[in-house]
Amino acid sequence: MFDLSGRTALVTGASGGIGSAIAKSLSEAGAKVALSGTREGVLEEVRSGLPGEGVVVTANLSDAESVDSLVGRAEEALGGGLDILVANAGITRDKLLMQMKPEDFDDVMNVNLGSYYRLTKSVVRGMMKRRHGRIIGITSIVGVTGNPGQANYCASKAGMIGFTKALAQEVASRGITANCIAPGFIESPMTDVLPDAQKEALLGQIPSGKLGQGSDIASAAVYLASSEAAYVTGQTLHVNGGMAMI
Amino acid sequence: MSDVFERVKKIVVENLDVEADKVTESASFIDDLGADSLDLVELVMAFEEEFNIEIPDDVQENIRTVGDAVTHIKAHVS
Repeated sequence: MFDLSGRTALVTGASGGIGSAIAKSLSEAGAKVALSGTREGVLEEVRSGLPGEGVVVTANLSDAESVDSLVGRAEEALGGGLDILVANAGITRDKLLMQMKPEDFDDVMNVNLGSYYRLTKSVVRGMMKRRHGRIIGITSIVGVTGNPGQANYCASKAGMIGFTKALAQEVASRGITANCIAPGFIESPMTDVLPDAQKEALLGQIPSGKLGQGSDIASAAVYLASSEAAYVTGQTLHVNGGMAMI
Repeated sequence: MSDVFERVKKIVVENLDVEADKVTESASFIDDLGADSLDLVELVMAFEEEFNIEIPDDVQENIRTVGDAVTHIKAHVS
């Protein structure tokens, strides 16, 4: 439906469930995709499964230098400036605040929010020149609702939303949009291991009665990346089966 | 490097879409030439490209007039 032919994209955290689904959907829509993450083997597997052209560029988002050079390396591998950035990588260090160590907080903020600052800063320069760009931050429902045991993660995800709104205002006049997607509970290796009782309780909170799929998030990303979404900026698109209506 | 001013002027005229005779050494990008802060960032990017130099962020903050830009560029271009 949405045509991304001739566009280039960088997806971070592309070896994970949501990231790989986003990469696949962007590729299906015609974009040439750079896959980033730490696990090269898994990224290669994702790349070989893409319907279109793709490249692998590894990066460790806890390493500032690695992040700073990532956009440049992706553009070199893709052979052109980036049209679409999907900042999807993130980590958790879940603990109750009473048990949360300073490094648990700092690591999560640094990887989830700090790398978003670094990536967007390095990508926006070229986008401004080209008068076109799509920045998509993958945040989380808990960045808006909160979740016990995740004060650090919730802060980082809420931070992405505020950051995106400021960025969207700064660059809107240059044809660049910046938006967030906030997934609810998405089926993944992380949710697979939850005890059945907890899964049941979770499902009870979701009006659609099921967990989301990576492809649900990917479809939202394709829309926000498209020309049709040119007038949508600074928004957070909640994809959560009705779990929170904001 | 006597043509630095002329090259800067050309970029300013193109980027800000202003009359060439308004681009004097003392003209302020924001007050006289109608630039906003994002235009300024783009101008600096264009200067960096034209002269193949890197203008550090703290220097960028001090570039207010066309003359400031010319002075900084001359200092950076050997």
